[in-house]
Amino acid sequence: MRFALIGQPNCGKSTLFNQVAGYKAETGNFSGTTVTFTESKVRLNGKVIQLVDLPGTFTLRGTNKAETEVMRFINSHEVDAIINVVDATHLTQSLELTLELLVVKRPLVIAMNMMDEASRLGLNIDGQALMSKLGVPVLPLVASRGHGVKALFLKTMESAQSAVSGRDPSLVNQDALQRHMLAGELAETIVSQGVRRVSWRDQLDNILLHPVLGFLSLVVILFIFFQIVYGLGKLIEAPLLAVFNALSRQTANLFGASSFWGELTVGIVQGVSGGIAIVLPYLIPFLFGLGVLEDIGYLPRIAFLMDGLMHRIGLHGKAIVPFILGYGCNVPAVMSTRILEERKDRIIASTLAVLVPCAARLSVVFGLVAFYLGPLWALGIYLFNMFVIALTGRVLTRLLPEDTPGLILEMPTYRIPTLKNVVNKTWFRVREFIVEAWPLLIIGSAVLAGLTYFKFSPAIDWMVRPVTWSLGLPTETGVPLIFGVLRKELSLLMLRQALGVNDFSSALAPSQMLTFTVFVVFYIPCLATLSALRRELGWRSMLAVSALTVVIAMAAGLFVRGLGYIVGL
Amino acid sequence: MNKGIVRLIDIDKGTLVKISSFEGGPRYVTRLNQFGLYPGDLARVVRHAPFGGPVLLEVRGMEIALGKSIAARILVEVTACASR
Repeated sequence: MRFALIGQPNCGKSTLFNQVAGYKAETGNFSGTTVTFTESKVRLNGKVIQLVDLPGTFTLRGTNKAETEVMRFINSHEVDAIINVVDATHLTQSLELTLELLVVKRPLVIAMNMMDEASRLGLNIDGQALMSKLGVPVLPLVASRGHGVKALFLKTMESAQSAVSGRDPSLVNQDALQRHMLAGELAETIVSQGVRRVSWRDQLDNILLHPVLGFLSLVVILFIFFQIVYGLGKLIEAPLLAVFNALSRQTANLFGASSFWGELTVGIVQGVSGGIAIVLPYLIPFLFGLGVLEDIGYLPRIAFLMDGLMHRIGLHGKAIVPFILGYGCNVPAVMSTRILEERKDRIIASTLAVLVPCAARLSVVFGLVAFYLGPLWALGIYLFNMFVIALTGRVLTRLLPEDTPGLILEMPTYRIPTLKNVVNKTWFRVREFIVEAWPLLIIGSAVLAGLTYFKFSPAIDWMVRPVTWSLGLPTETGVPLIFGVLRKELSLLMLRQALGVNDFSSALAPSQMLTFTVFVVFYIPCLATLSALRRELGWRSMLAVSALTVVIAMAAGLFVRGLGYIVGL
Repeated sequence: MNKGIVRLIDIDKGTLVKISSFEGGPRYVTRLNQFGLYPGDLARVVRHAPFGGPVLLEVRGMEIALGKSIAARILVEVTACASR
């Protein structure tokens, strides 16, 4: 037996799916998180049911990809019953889809979700009246807490086994505008407005969306967010790296430090540990934190606040999310560009997001510039970086002139996130990294280890020489720069080996430190990010973005070198 | 009190309006329809975002943020001034 879950974006459909299926669908308090549909087995009273979570769709008119998919699925596959999840707080809008579903001659059950939210808003909903008007079962649901789930599925099973009763032709034969009016009338008859409890949402919005207080809150909230996430990351990273360093020493001893197999296993161990060093300390805390902000409903509010500013670099407010994430790790940043509808927006946002200095590049900025030249120089690099990103955004918008429709975004009510949802979502996103990027990291590590064993280092240095020469850097910086593609912090670690010094100031002039750091901040994103780019945008765009970052890095590096020359550093 | 047809972007916060029409192609109109916006709907301007940002519009209990370029193409009729 197969049930299909259908509903409008953000109605809690995926939340319901996750309640019964676990670990399969992503949910979000941001329209349209479910792009492709997911299927899972659900056990109910000893029977196994296939449950399909269809992409959130406003209508079945087939005006976009998701709608066409849904239409095709309902009509082609064997679906025994349809569960239409409607948002009790937005009935007029939700019922439009319900009216369209009445046309499909399949058993239909309506799950009236977010009943808790509705009662908080003082909305009294007469489910009985709706049931008799539409002639299909209507059941109350609070999907986030799992209330009413079992009753819903039992009822759906019952409906699936009985014949579909004929539907009121006056409800079925309608065009879009008529359906809208009808949905409005229906909602008006079954919903009565009680006393709206003084909504703390309005009061919170008055602060969080305020022109001044809103930005202050944003800074404070992000500060706390980064503090917690970085703090957690640092706590985990140090012991983790210690373990892996010991492990790679041991494996090296096992085969003999300079033998081919010794080098190769060390390379593989480094690839494995590199993956873990990204996933555990950064990816998981960041994605978990993002999941919390997302489910609370804060992300759309950031988008609302930032829309005006983001337009100046050619993007709209929603694109702020990749930027915020970018400061932690570019991988989730690139993955999060999925929330943007237009491909052009996704390309620009991903390109700019990979220019944001992530935590790994932070270690280079701090280890080299802040340590030897002082924290003000590090701050200067960050500001310079923002300037370059804004400039790149403006140029890209000129180069890709295509009218973007601009921001239309539903501002959801605040919701308390549930641990289960956030954990599921985090796992869903982390799994992508593990499957996609990690193997690449291990292979890349092994290949580079092989190259080192066969004494390719001078060859690599020679190949990169045009870059290092024009930037005025020592020849030996070539290998660290290439290894930096694997993991950005390797640029700094390998630099020590390559230059053969412990104190960088004895081998590099201040201007060389600045140039090197600026180049590292901008050039080719790390392998994990590249794989995320390939997944989101395809091979060609991935290569184009990489090439562009090299051009930007060269330009920025030359600029800094020139500046250093003028200032006399 | 009818103040005539104006653009949504020019409406002050707290004002009740009636959507009269959308300027733009069918794809754009469909997108607005998808968010439950139709001519004839009553709406309230909740707030404006800073730096020429979007307008927050409340329609039937739902709040929708509309970017500047979109809000400039929505024509509305001011029905009354109220700050609920």
